[in-house]
Amino acid sequence: MVENRPLTAILTHFMLMLGVIAIALPIWITFVAATHDAARMTQVPLPLWPGTHLWANLKQTLFGSGLSGTEGAPVWLMLFNSLAMAMMISLGKIGISLLSAFAIVYFRFPFRMTCFWMIFITLMLPVEVRILPTFEVVANLGMLNSYWGLSIPLIASATATFMFRQVFLTVPDEMLESARIDGAGPMRFFFDILLPLSRTNIAALFVILFIFGWNQYLWPLLITTDTSMTTIVMSIKQMLEAAEQSPQWNIIMTTALLAMVPPIFVVISMQKLFVQGLTETDK
Amino acid sequence: MLKRVHFPSSPLPYLLVAPQLAITLVFFIWPASQAMYQSFLIEDAFGLGSEFVWFENFEALWADQHYLDAFLRTAVFSLLVAALSMGVALLLAGFAQRVVRGAMFYRTLLIWPYAVAPVLAGALWVFMFNPTLGIFPYFLDFFGIDWNHYLNGNQAMALVILAAAWKQVAYNFLFYLAAMQSIPNSVIEAAAIDGAGPGRRFFSIILPLISPTTFFLLVINMVYAFFETFGIIHAVTQGGPGSSTTILVYKVFNDGFVGLDLGGSAAQSVILMVLVIAMTVVQFRYVERKVEY
Repeated sequence: MVENRPLTAILTHFMLMLGVIAIALPIWITFVAATHDAARMTQVPLPLWPGTHLWANLKQTLFGSGLSGTEGAPVWLMLFNSLAMAMMISLGKIGISLLSAFAIVYFRFPFRMTCFWMIFITLMLPVEVRILPTFEVVANLGMLNSYWGLSIPLIASATATFMFRQVFLTVPDEMLESARIDGAGPMRFFFDILLPLSRTNIAALFVILFIFGWNQYLWPLLITTDTSMTTIVMSIKQMLEAAEQSPQWNIIMTTALLAMVPPIFVVISMQKLFVQGLTETDK
Repeated sequence: MLKRVHFPSSPLPYLLVAPQLAITLVFFIWPASQAMYQSFLIEDAFGLGSEFVWFENFEALWADQHYLDAFLRTAVFSLLVAALSMGVALLLAGFAQRVVRGAMFYRTLLIWPYAVAPVLAGALWVFMFNPTLGIFPYFLDFFGIDWNHYLNGNQAMALVILAAAWKQVAYNFLFYLAAMQSIPNSVIEAAAIDGAGPGRRFFSIILPLISPTTFFLLVINMVYAFFETFGIIHAVTQGGPGSSTTILVYKVFNDGFVGLDLGGSAAQSVILMVLVIAMTVVQFRYVERKVEY
């Protein structure tokens, strides 16, 4: 702060608190809804303060029948599916991007720039603009209703490749020279020098990609018809539809809470890595 | 971009890029070219054969009032989402950068929504605005506003915009805060010595200096509103009531998977691809400028 103005300081904090309340309100209301029983959630006005039914709701959602009237998978299985999908997407993206960035930065080979531009193109083809043909490809490969089908079509990544390319370009040339004098081959150099050097970047990218993977919606919606492959994020939509018949908002909001907690936890607990990953991948 | 010192040529680099290229070819380039090819075909009524018709699908779209409306609606929707979320984020970042101690505390509290999936964001907002039970319709009733986004198209649009903007505030806030914190303190202090108050400094010094960030965020937010809000629309309104919240991405999905109009849907996909390419080009040209800046 440049000058001392108590009044402006108070106004600043007041406005920030207002902002925090406005931003946190939807999440707070979800939490509150998850702590009341079904009967309370049908009385207008709805509560704004937590009740005492959080454990009961959690137990019913996770291990019980869940939402009555829908024959979906149990919620713990959905959570597992989401976790598997998020891990496969984020680790897959990091793995293949590290390898291709390594090839493009450290080797001269014919069609090197062709490879680079082909990877670049993926930036311009989000799932949303090519849903039907991509669905057909996955169906023809027999990958519907499988973890492979959920993750592999999403793991090509131009942004991750570019990021690792930037990181590798900042590694001093002397590293490679000395490694070669010591007799290290390309893969030895990759595993023993490049990987340890880009550890933080990998972690930062993982945070972003985990959230990206966990929050996938359109793609799982298209390729999973088997209820045992449902992800937790997808299930919310089905519950909203069921809610039109029997509004059990306490269960729906408990599920929503369960779906939000893992990515929010990742963001808050690894905030520094998260911010680093966000600003690096968009350069 | 190649290292001055590099490894001798061998088959190894091909093996290294192979996984990435295989996935790109099978799941990106092949489907995209299929979409392009299908956009030139019209299937007959029984789905038995198809006819090559050049640009007839595109001409049909051009003549289709529904599609033109969806185009205009998408433009309005994404501009409003970008304006709302960037405006709120700019305001909050402007206040947060003034806080000496505790800026990180506020940052922690403001970045949550980034982690919430679009479809979940939609679910939270549809719950808060549920016409019979929701908290907001209850309070709006005191002001004589009868809220029902299942019937009122404008209210449905407003709800979708609110949910989409809410989710994006966190992202914009982070970038604005980082941009403001990178402005040299000497510039701000010089302005203060010249007698500029906090408001004047914000509008005359900070805002012009972070204009590259504003431009970058505008592009990112437009892309977000165009493509990543599908989940919000699907959860909140399903494009309704009528088609008052059907944006382009939702229309591609709806015409292709629900309406099974393959040629028309493919033609819409191709138009969307052109839009993404245009936005990516703008974004990358800007990044080149940012390096100089």
